[in-house]
Amino acid sequence: MAPRDEPVPAAMARQGGPQRGGLSAWRAPQLSLRFWPVFLRNLLVWRKLAIPSLVGNIAEPLMWLVAFGYGLGALVGQVTVQTTAGPVQVPYILFLASGSICMSAMNAASFEALYSAFSRMHVQKTWDGIMNAPVRLDDIVLAEMLWAAFKAVFTATAILGVMLALGISHSPKLLLAWPVLLLVGIAFSCIALIFNALAKGYDFFTYYFTLFLTPMMFLSGIFFPREQLPPLVRTITDWLPLTSAVELVRPLFMDQWPSQGARPLLVLLVYTVVAFWIALALTRKRFRG
Amino acid sequence: MALLKVEKLVKSFGENTVVDDLSFSIAPGECLGVIGPNGAGKTTTIRMCLGLSAPDEGQIDYMLDDGAVAPLQMPRDAMAIKARLGVVSQIDTLDPDFSCAENLLVYGRYFGLRDAQIRARIPELLQFASLSHKAAARPGELSGGMKRRLSLARALVNDPLLLLLDEPTTGLDPQARHLMWERLQILLQQGKSILLTTHFMDEAERLCSRLLVIDHGRKIAEGTPRALIREHLEPDVVEVYGVGATAWLDAPFKQLAARVEVSGETVFFYTQDAKPLLLVLAERPELRTLHRPANLEDLFLKLTGRQIREDG
Repeated sequence: MAPRDEPVPAAMARQGGPQRGGLSAWRAPQLSLRFWPVFLRNLLVWRKLAIPSLVGNIAEPLMWLVAFGYGLGALVGQVTVQTTAGPVQVPYILFLASGSICMSAMNAASFEALYSAFSRMHVQKTWDGIMNAPVRLDDIVLAEMLWAAFKAVFTATAILGVMLALGISHSPKLLLAWPVLLLVGIAFSCIALIFNALAKGYDFFTYYFTLFLTPMMFLSGIFFPREQLPPLVRTITDWLPLTSAVELVRPLFMDQWPSQGARPLLVLLVYTVVAFWIALALTRKRFRG
Repeated sequence: MALLKVEKLVKSFGENTVVDDLSFSIAPGECLGVIGPNGAGKTTTIRMCLGLSAPDEGQIDYMLDDGAVAPLQMPRDAMAIKARLGVVSQIDTLDPDFSCAENLLVYGRYFGLRDAQIRARIPELLQFASLSHKAAARPGELSGGMKRRLSLARALVNDPLLLLLDEPTTGLDPQARHLMWERLQILLQQGKSILLTTHFMDEAERLCSRLLVIDHGRKIAEGTPRALIREHLEPDVVEVYGVGATAWLDAPFKQLAARVEVSGETVFFYTQDAKPLLLVLAERPELRTLHRPANLEDLFLKLTGRQIREDG
């Protein structure tokens, strides 16, 4: 038997050398402005469905706000929030509104980067079509990430508008909440795209929502202050992305500055960078071969 | 100088070697047909030519500019290469939420073309695809043939030099298929080059100036359709079918043919001269016979065998 036909050396040769089978999926992202036409594509589709989707996006969070904020708020009364100016008493509706807007941004980004991105990637094969043109997979993932973040900001903006109209907060610092919510959208899009890359069907996303996002909703200080949590749980929840989002946004609603300073911002940025990298590598693996 | 030159390509998935030492090239203006059974490695080869799958070994070079000194290499120069290619994949990837015109506009943007540039080309592209009356229709409202033609029009949005078409007529009815062939012939007359994979031998014979027969990832024959038939087959075929046809194998008439093949209840006689055989058959009216010239399908079955490939 000729040496090249022997199974063991051949298999070894196949694994040897970084060039065989292409580059590592974990190499640095190769991003360019070619992501823009992909983003525009999603925008054009959405423009056709914007009004009905907007109603769906903001109706549910507003129902929560009205039911819990006014209903439960009447029972709860005031809630104490730590700020740079020390403990401040705020009405429950303000407490809840400033937390739930983060939750809405999270949900909007997650839905878009899971169900909608999966439809485009797997069901419609839109990504395959795009990759036959001079657009890299890296740019498509970037476009999907930014698109989901855009939808999060859009939803948050609409809800913010209603909150302003209801007179829940008129803090001028709300202008700063806007870029923070963009970052929240970006962070959760990146995390969701990891699960998108791993999904075999839509069912998979139910796990992500029920096992990850829903518990986080209750542990991140949206409905009640985290001071109510056992100390150990509270320490763990310090590092959740949604906790960081709430810690940044809530003081801005109260016309205060975030008491934790740079830490929550840094936590969100670390989640964003690490999750994007993992999502990209897993997506590259999915499309390889 | 070849537009596309593929050399010693190898690709394995685990233990399974899908493309094995495959080399071929396409000259400007040529239509190269790649034919082979399911799982022969056709689609994997196209994916490697597009940089979507990385070869384990081998080289893929493109020469897309007259003045270029060095060829563009896949996957290194993937973006520059794809800017000059047009691709129709096996599965339609049209955007279901867009009209035909919007599909073309959005796809053109992926090539970095300006909206005004693309909009100016859209009527011409729709007309080429015989879809001018469907400009505002969405893909869901189109027939299979219309969708394939829209995919072809979309692949032309960047005015490509070379088209890579993966089974462009699979699943179409004869009318739609003929219209597609007619369009592809127009493109060839305009000087475009085409790499085409197909299961249809009449399609390969009609369109392709040269054929590549591959099986198990390996090239098993290459040449013009006519030359391949001449080289590998006797010119005449007599098919005999009906009750008792296979019993004929034992009959002395077998000597009247150069080669005999049996498939189910049909016997195929391949011969240089069919006359003596037909004379004998005339005395056996219970057997149905068909006398015809040897074609590409005979060649394909001879080279790749008659067994069903359902693992691809």
